[in-house]
Amino acid sequence: MMNKRIRKQKNRMTLGNLVVSIVLCIGSIIILYPLLWMVISSMKSYDEIYNNVWGLPSKWLIENYKTAWSIGISNYFMNSVIVTIITVLSVLIIASMAAFALSRYRSRFIDIALVVIMSGMMINPQVALIPLFDILTKLGLINTRLALILPYIAFRLPLSILLLRSYFLSIPREIQESAIIDGCSEFGIYRRIYLPMSKPILMTTIVLTSFYAWNEFLFATIFIDSDILRTIPSGLMNFRDALRTDWGVLLSGMVIATIPMIILLIFIQKHLVRGLSEGSVKG
Amino acid sequence: MNKFKNKIAAFLFLLPCLIFLFIFVFIPLFKNFYNSFFEYSVFSTTKDFVGLDNFKLLLTDKTIKVALLNNIRYAIISVIFQVGLGLVLAAVLEHQFFRKLAPFFRVTFFMPVMISISVIALLFGFIYNPQIGILNSFLELVGLETLSKAWLGNSSTAIYAVIAMSQWQSVGYIMMLFIVAIQRISKELYEAAEIDGASKIKQFFYITVPQVKETLFINILLTITGSMLVFNEPYILTNGGPGVSSMTMAVYMYQSGFFKDRMGYASTIAITIFIITAILAIIQIRISHTGKD
Repeated sequence: MMNKRIRKQKNRMTLGNLVVSIVLCIGSIIILYPLLWMVISSMKSYDEIYNNVWGLPSKWLIENYKTAWSIGISNYFMNSVIVTIITVLSVLIIASMAAFALSRYRSRFIDIALVVIMSGMMINPQVALIPLFDILTKLGLINTRLALILPYIAFRLPLSILLLRSYFLSIPREIQESAIIDGCSEFGIYRRIYLPMSKPILMTTIVLTSFYAWNEFLFATIFIDSDILRTIPSGLMNFRDALRTDWGVLLSGMVIATIPMIILLIFIQKHLVRGLSEGSVKG
Repeated sequence: MNKFKNKIAAFLFLLPCLIFLFIFVFIPLFKNFYNSFFEYSVFSTTKDFVGLDNFKLLLTDKTIKVALLNNIRYAIISVIFQVGLGLVLAAVLEHQFFRKLAPFFRVTFFMPVMISISVIALLFGFIYNPQIGILNSFLELVGLETLSKAWLGNSSTAIYAVIAMSQWQSVGYIMMLFIVAIQRISKELYEAAEIDGASKIKQFFYITVPQVKETLFINILLTITGSMLVFNEPYILTNGGPGVSSMTMAVYMYQSGFFKDRMGYASTIAITIFIITAILAIIQIRISHTGKD
């Protein structure tokens, strides 16, 4: 009786598996089709986007990409690259230094610093937006690349430090002691021992930070006014307003903005997954 | 001597980080509290002290109620679809049967997470477009054209259209967090259950769910926090409209400050958002600690 039930259930599960597979495929279509539509329509003319929603373009207009690139996207792209690179490098240096101190030394000051940094995670960009606008205006930084870079660094520090710190704590004390005996300075221990031994977590930090800086929208829209300095996320909004009905070109710009992140996703899946899980659990 | 040297070293290593946090994170927070007692415009040099007027206004403001309600709608729907569906998806993809196909589905569902919100929102602007949108075209194709409408132009559907887009974008993110958690579950538990003849559904409820309980709570909190902060999606798609029907607190804060030139009131809204999210964050920290002990 019992055995029969088990077998019956197992058989039913293969039917179940089929149903689940179909549902998964439908799910994938729901995710992928809009993206595919974006790519296909980016090579259509306005008339075809308007009148032929589903079909392929009769003529593949690759020029749309050239137009999008030359009338602004190249500029936004470069700004995004500059902002992302400077943000990532600064976060790496500042966060790893802080995490080094937090994991190597013990004192009341260190305990307090840790609490301060952790409570930094409770404050979100949205909450800081209006005072930040005042502060950046007073510093004369509004409408410069630094208006993005400096807040980006600040808001990425707490999470990056906690990620790095938990990894640093696993570095054996003996290696540090023997380095001191060999005459290594504190800075030497940081640079010659901690950094080289933490490549995987540094990689995760790079991935998470570049993902954030590349896609950030709120500050990018509000702290930058001039079109020359815009990064891709806010530049695309300008693009929409400027192009009106030149949808093919707008869609090409959207595709160009997406490509670097998709490449990143394919190559560094592993680092990303680890970073996301660590980041959220510790967050 | 050595101890003293180490203290200086620790201080120097932490200094850049603390400077950044104070100037760009903590001072803004405290300035919000200060500014909420004043009223001033974006480029004005003077502030007028108004006492508690902004807080009084907050309690009677109808728009803030609409906005808060929309944030709550956002939270409820996101918990159901992102956390609920994300957990089911993760459990399915981690199952033996789907091992070969899982990498494909994982990357597929995760793909929208990597795409900039402005690209996603512009894309959904096309999808929801009443004339050319693929949503209405699809409804026509399957004979449901009576259902087609101007999704974003209609005050009863706008906020739901915005929320739907967020589900599309973020379910893969929560799924990925659950996948990592499920991978940590000992395989023996499932093997034992298999021998005892427990069905897959029973295994899900009696092994997977209890084993990822901590991640589940944290994902629920993350999702609710995100819903309370939501800005980009409604800002790009509807700018809070039509009327104020798809307003969220963060969009209302932005509009009050930068369009209605009421920076003081905007700071008051910012404090409200901060208090809500800080409570959620404290609960989250509590939970992630108890889990480790």
